Amino acid sequence: MLKKSKLFLATLMLGFSAFGTTFAQEEATQHAEAPAAAEAHHEEKGKLNIKEIIFGHISDAYDWHVMDINEHPVSMPLPVIIYHPEKGLNMFMSSNLEHGHVAHEGYQLVTEHFIHERKEAGATEEELAALESKTGKIISLDGAAIKDFSITKNVFSMLLSVTLLLVIMLTVANKYKKNGAMKAPSGLQNAIEPLITFVRDEVAKPNLGHKYMRFMPLLLTVFFFIWINNLLGLIPSGANFTGNIAATAALSLVSFIVILFSANKHFWGHLFNPPGVPLPAKILLVVIEIISLFIKPIALTIRLFANILAGHIIILSVISMIFIFGAMNQAAGWGFAPVSIAFSIFMFCLELLVAAIQAFIFTNLTAVFIGQAVEEGHHDAHEHGIDHAHSENELVL
Amino acid sequence: MGLITPALGLFVWTLVAFLIVLFILKKFAWKPILKTLNERETGIANSIASAEKVRLEMAEMQADNQRLLQEAREERSIMLKEAKDAKDKIINEAKEQAKAEANKIMEDARVQIELKKNAALTEVKNEIGNMAVAVAEKVLRKKLDAADSQADYIRMLAEEIKLN
Repeated sequence: MLKKSKLFLATLMLGFSAFGTTFAQEEATQHAEAPAAAEAHHEEKGKLNIKEIIFGHISDAYDWHVMDINEHPVSMPLPVIIYHPEKGLNMFMSSNLEHGHVAHEGYQLVTEHFIHERKEAGATEEELAALESKTGKIISLDGAAIKDFSITKNVFSMLLSVTLLLVIMLTVANKYKKNGAMKAPSGLQNAIEPLITFVRDEVAKPNLGHKYMRFMPLLLTVFFFIWINNLLGLIPSGANFTGNIAATAALSLVSFIVILFSANKHFWGHLFNPPGVPLPAKILLVVIEIISLFIKPIALTIRLFANILAGHIIILSVISMIFIFGAMNQAAGWGFAPVSIAFSIFMFCLELLVAAIQAFIFTNLTAVFIGQAVEEGHHDAHEHGIDHAHSENELVL
Repeated sequence: MGLITPALGLFVWTLVAFLIVLFILKKFAWKPILKTLNERETGIANSIASAEKVRLEMAEMQADNQRLLQEAREERSIMLKEAKDAKDKIINEAKEQAKAEANKIMEDARVQIELKKNAALTEVKNEIGNMAVAVAEKVLRKKLDAADSQADYIRMLAEEIKLN
């Protein structure tokens, strides 16, 4: 029964990923065909550039742009923190950069406008290409290799959700301490408790066996951290934190380190010296095993990032269709609005589901990988035959 | 491809924030919550186990009670039976005794009556003898002629009285 539901979830996930990818691809081809048109429209003010809008929404930024009112942007500037190898740490508000129109303390925000300016000034092709790859980032005008630790939109959004998470969980924990063990849970505690027991009974216990308690704090934190960030990312004009590869890479790195440090002798023994295999095959196996060890966190990174990003792109594309049709013909835009809204409502509901499912999958796979690393020898596997088979199945997914 | 090149800043901030959150939640949230959940679960399991134990004890006690009641009932019926037997015995004994007593009294009375009757008869015989003697004397005083025949006659009379 349990296995069936896991299988179902996995299929659902695969389905979503496939769905997401096809849409992303369509989107990509659409835009691949579009650049000429986009270029042509670029100079014309008031013309629509869907690619810019969508990428503006899903990529990180130095300020939190909420909306435009009468062509006037409503946005919150955020602190920029830059480490310069010579000048040391520099901090200033992003409003000083004026969206790339001026440099501040020798730092410049690279925008298309800035690249255009450099092109006019007669910059080389290589310089322009380098600038192109840094679009949307801050560079030092003296060409130094700076490290950018700015509180960007994503960082700020993450800090908000982390605060929210801490407030919720500490409130709940206080209630547990106050009420004691033998009182029925109520309120927020009652809402959180099933999730905690879900992670414990459906994720930790089946994969980690009797050692589950050691990894519960990590699994619970990963689950709630991802989920709350996924949910906050769905709020219109919110940040796309879990749809950013840096964020998911950091989370996977934590999982990877935990996997490596919790791995026992049995795991390393099987990795570097698989028993009962002839030597040539053994060399091949060791190589494959080492590659698969590193693929695990990479898969975790990409799965979460791609799923969330794809969802955001779909919703934005669907909404943008109103304006694409509107640009062709105002009546068409109005006419398409209900279809577009209906479809985006559907996508929002789906994304709400995906937010929870992806948090669950990330947590579950982390538990599966840790489970493989801490698994005892085969005598143990026979003792807990079901658990063993279970984690083997998870690996296949 | 800005989307798939991780930005160092966000990476570091995420790592730092996540580790801090992990540390704080581990210490102040997950530990107490998991501990309490565990306590509650063991508490509930214990309660259920003890409830089951109490239920079994109750059933045992009820069975005991039933058994005691049954025993008491049996004892009562035995006692009742014994009492009834004793009663019957006493009544029978009393009846026997009374009968014997009555018989004895009757016998005594009969003997007494016999004795009295005999005494009375003797007295009556004597009285009659005396009266006969007196009568004979009177007769004799008047007619003292044939003295011998007279005497025989008297003797005959006296014997007659004795035979009676």
